Amino acid sequence: MTSTVVVLVVGIVVVLMAVYVSWRAGRLDRLHIRLELAKESLDAALMRRRAVVLELAGSRLLDPATSLVLAAAAHEARMAGPEEREHAESDLSRALRAAADQERFRERLSESPGGSDLLEELDAAVAKVVYSRRFYNNAVGVTRTAQRRWLARTLRLAGHTEFPQFFEIDDNPPATMAME
Amino acid sequence: MRIGIVCPYTWDVPGGVKQHIDDLAQALMAQGHDVSVIAPAADDEELPPYVTGAGRAVPVPYNGSVARMSFGFLSAARVRRWVRTGEFDVLHIHEPLIPSLGVLACWAAKGPIVATFHASFSRSRAIAVAEPLLRSALEKLTGRIAVSDAARKSLVEQFGGDAVLIPNGVTVSRYAHAEPLDGWGPDGRTIGFLGRMDEERKGLPILLEAFDALAAERPGLKLLIAGPGDEKDVYERVRRDFHDRVTVLGMVSEADKIRAYHSVDVFCAPNTRGESFGIVLAEAMASGATVLASDIPAFRKVLGEGQAGALFSNGDPASLAREAAALLDAPERRAKLAEEALVAVRKYDWSTVARDVVRVYETVTTGGVGRVEEDL
Repeated sequence: MTSTVVVLVVGIVVVLMAVYVSWRAGRLDRLHIRLELAKESLDAALMRRRAVVLELAGSRLLDPATSLVLAAAAHEARMAGPEEREHAESDLSRALRAAADQERFRERLSESPGGSDLLEELDAAVAKVVYSRRFYNNAVGVTRTAQRRWLARTLRLAGHTEFPQFFEIDDNPPATMAME
Repeated sequence: MRIGIVCPYTWDVPGGVKQHIDDLAQALMAQGHDVSVIAPAADDEELPPYVTGAGRAVPVPYNGSVARMSFGFLSAARVRRWVRTGEFDVLHIHEPLIPSLGVLACWAAKGPIVATFHASFSRSRAIAVAEPLLRSALEKLTGRIAVSDAARKSLVEQFGGDAVLIPNGVTVSRYAHAEPLDGWGPDGRTIGFLGRMDEERKGLPILLEAFDALAAERPGLKLLIAGPGDEKDVYERVRRDFHDRVTVLGMVSEADKIRAYHSVDVFCAPNTRGESFGIVLAEAMASGATVLASDIPAFRKVLGEGQAGALFSNGDPASLAREAAALLDAPERRAKLAEEALVAVRKYDWSTVARDVVRVYETVTTGGVGRVEEDL
């Protein structure tokens, strides 16, 4: 009699634990998916910004010196390896600020043919880098906390996924297109 | 884009969050997006075509105040059905920390979810107790928006992570046309103020001191004050023989507020600090008023360093009086500034704000995210 009760109780405890662990694992899995998507979105935003800057540099709407500065920075960012990426993207932000904060940059550009569309695209690209990076770093933050939990570490719930790294760059937009 | 917006507060009660959602929904629809809003509402209530009712709201005390919110099985089932049948590209939840439809939607949906945080909140027992629950809801949010620095700060401090700042907008067209208040009108002699009278940082005492000095030299000068507060505080600060030249309206309706902006020659915003974004200033600018504001950083930015409105040294009544006198004596300059203001304020129009919000939507839907689905 008592042995049946013991078996039953142990059984229930085991089942409850299994449910909890699988719920935890599912939650972690979900966070990994979200992180993956956030990374994709960040990469897309950075690529878009490089592309728009290159287009602007090649548009002949700017003076040659500004064009050269922009083209060089965008090129560096495109060629940068994983180690130099954060540096190169920050440099691109700085180059863009130096270019766009020139006196009457916006007015001059929007007066030239095709310039206002390009300006609009540039605004959107710059904003999306800011947004996607914030969202990516949020996802990194929660995933890190979840991976560091005792249960996740002991049972290796994260599997072979790497410990995610924050993406830290200077993405301050030019003063003339500040959104905030 | 098909956008589902979740409103936590009842549709029939006016309030900041509800107004924000309505303005946003209309701006998004004007840009060609497909919008559906779900909000607490009784079944027999008249709702705009883009709003779905989620059942009656009940008043409940939460976190120090009483709000009318909607929860329980019925609301949960309706939110779930709305999510399932909506085929949304993105779900936009407002105030997800309030125990109302926002939390229910977070629970019922998965996929690209954006949340906007409106209120700033301080650490309370309610939040401490509910934290694990709220945390798992927050984990589902792909993108987070805060409408003010204060809201962003409290979110970051209590739950970590970050949010992007997209301030409230002003529907510029709503302010463009209005009749001046009866017996008032821009007559070259009227200064206006709008804001809480008893709040030190709104700077009314500075304006009153300046008015005393100005009124002594200008026999026709009048001051029109609107906003909540005690009118005694105002009259105590004004010289007795000028009392009949100061009119205190107290709290005014939205319509009268707009008429008040149209009734003055110079609209004065003497705020001494704060104001991450001067909504009152933007409203006055949208109404075509000439603005005279303190030179705090937020106002200097909104007014383009004085291009779209005059500035005086913050906290200095003598400087205010000097600048106001100069403006009152120069009708052409006033007209020029008002014209510039109408251009500058477009940056704060809802259409611009909606554009930024759409950029957030586009950011969270990049790649193979798929649509919003029911989370079983």
